[in-house]
Amino acid sequence: MSQTTAAEPDYDLYAASGDPEATAYTAAGPGDFDAIAKAQAERGDEILVINMGPQHPSTHGVLRLMVECDGETVLSVRPGIGFLHTGIEKNMEYRTWNQGTAFVTRCDYVAPIFNEAAYCFAVERLLGIEDQIPQRAKDIRVLFMELCRIASHLVAVGTGGMEIGALTVMTIGFREREMILDFFEAVTGLRMNHAYFRPGGVANDLPDDGIAQLRDVIKWLESHLPEYAAFCNENPIFKGRMCGIAYQDLTACMALGVTGPILRAAGYGWDLRKQQPYCGYEDYDFEVVTWDTCDAYGRFRVRLAEMWESLKIVKQAADRLEASYGQPVMVADEKIGSPSDLVVGPDGQGNSFDHVKHIMSQSMEGLIHHFKKVSEGFRVPAGQAYVPIESPKGEIGCHVVSDGGAKPWRVHLRDPGFNHLQSAPLQCEGGMLADIVVALGSIDPVMGGVDR
Amino acid sequence: MTESTDVALPQQAKPIATRQGMWTSGTGDTSGYGGIVRAVALPAGSEPPFGSWYDAAIARLEELVPGAVGKAVFDRGELTIYIPREKLVDAVKALRDDSQLRFECCMSVSGVHYPELAGAELHVVYHLQSMTHNRRLRLEVAAPESDPHVPSVVATYPAADWHEREAWDMFGIIFDSHPHLTRILMPDDWVGHPQRKDYPLGGIPIEFKGAVVPPVDERRSYR
Repeated sequence: MSQTTAAEPDYDLYAASGDPEATAYTAAGPGDFDAIAKAQAERGDEILVINMGPQHPSTHGVLRLMVECDGETVLSVRPGIGFLHTGIEKNMEYRTWNQGTAFVTRCDYVAPIFNEAAYCFAVERLLGIEDQIPQRAKDIRVLFMELCRIASHLVAVGTGGMEIGALTVMTIGFREREMILDFFEAVTGLRMNHAYFRPGGVANDLPDDGIAQLRDVIKWLESHLPEYAAFCNENPIFKGRMCGIAYQDLTACMALGVTGPILRAAGYGWDLRKQQPYCGYEDYDFEVVTWDTCDAYGRFRVRLAEMWESLKIVKQAADRLEASYGQPVMVADEKIGSPSDLVVGPDGQGNSFDHVKHIMSQSMEGLIHHFKKVSEGFRVPAGQAYVPIESPKGEIGCHVVSDGGAKPWRVHLRDPGFNHLQSAPLQCEGGMLADIVVALGSIDPVMGGVDR
Repeated sequence: MTESTDVALPQQAKPIATRQGMWTSGTGDTSGYGGIVRAVALPAGSEPPFGSWYDAAIARLEELVPGAVGKAVFDRGELTIYIPREKLVDAVKALRDDSQLRFECCMSVSGVHYPELAGAELHVVYHLQSMTHNRRLRLEVAAPESDPHVPSVVATYPAADWHEREAWDMFGIIFDSHPHLTRILMPDDWVGHPQRKDYPLGGIPIEFKGAVVPPVDERRSYR
């Protein structure tokens, strides 16, 4: 053992518990870019070492890829993540259960509704109120999840198209998505990061003209969704870039725990909405879409067809919501149903005028309850729950542990993108450099969800 | 991994936390409940038999890997099997390969830190999915903070690779024989494991109109 100095301890700082004998686990050792580049310099061959990202337009956010190439052939790909880590899980341990939705919604920001849904379902299971959620709240949740699925698939298809030069697919994709986000804004007050699903139901009911606006969105989507098939399905350039690229068959999907469009494009019709129904999906009529090519083109076709299936569900939900107008959207338990009586006004979301009038000038008890609900929130019985649901990208699951307190003990979000990025090397290695972009687009990772 | 085999599994009576009063410690408790002391324990779940496929699966796992089932808890419709860490590798292999069990996928691995659970402070929670039988199962493994070693399941479930790296990064749980156990979300040169309970959240006091608002983890709040 060498002498210990203040500046340079004789043990590795990152080894467990400062034990000099313990193995040090750092990425700065073997595996980082410096090491790859140095090893290449020593070999002196023609292998190119390319650092792609984290600020690369086709890495869907801040993903870093360390790529080794022989000419244009990819020899190895090592994804590096964590550039968008914001400590959402840690932060939630210091906030009330209700505030948690405002944190999780910021994970996968392209499909925020699904983060909220997984979290709320898990909290509801811990509370034991899964059976008490009003039917109208369930229908609104299904409506929002399916609209959000279409919006997320539009981004996946649009940005995936843009990266291979099909810019129009992106521009029309964002046009359609904007229609959906306008509807979200009318209902929740926000285009993204809604914090709209709350444990026990949803924050507020649809506005009076909500169904009418929804019908417009449905009509718009029905007339414009066929454009994607017309532009892409038989487009020779599009097929040339997508067919047979980023191949991942069923065996690889099983080994790497891959779900969602990637699994369904490998021919296995696994969809949690059908296999393990939640939130009343068993009462909706829709099909699970599969494709059998295991490649990027298959995933594109699965996403395209899923948008139509989602639209079918949206229409059924719209009919139900029209029929159930005026019914409650929050669980009857007053202790949980908080914050109370939110509405969307011209200046954003807030407490309804009637509620403010009630607590400020009519009921002292009402004011006390309001204050307690907002400051203390509710307590959740001790225990743990894991609720998986089908997000546009695959299985998103929320593992929640409660110690019986007013704040979560631990919240862990199992994001599909985090899991699926592990299969990027499998899809890319041996292929061409330009196909990395296609593979990434077909995995559809959103770094907010990957890094949390 | 060291040879200690007597890692205490959480018992029903063993509290994961002891709480005093209504508010977070370090703040004057004027709520009037400052004297209340409550021990919090995770639920023991229902008494076996649990019904459905659960009992057969537990018996089958115990038959294939004797000693694997440390404890089985059925709570809120979810089955948790607590597995001694030295049995974990054999157990997951049996869970994946046996046709009666057949949990093909490990969907999620997450760490949980219970600082008051002496001898079993760090928990690793695995969520398995059987697509063949359409079943879900939770495995839980405990390790003491002084010896935070848990065998890696990557050889059986390659999908657990990044999940285990995250649990190492955030909780400092060392997964033995993991192919490349490095930090994944935090920078490589980061010191400490942020999601441990003794790791502060961070933040600075904010001055607002002359009054100072302390950071979230130092603020008085309900527990």
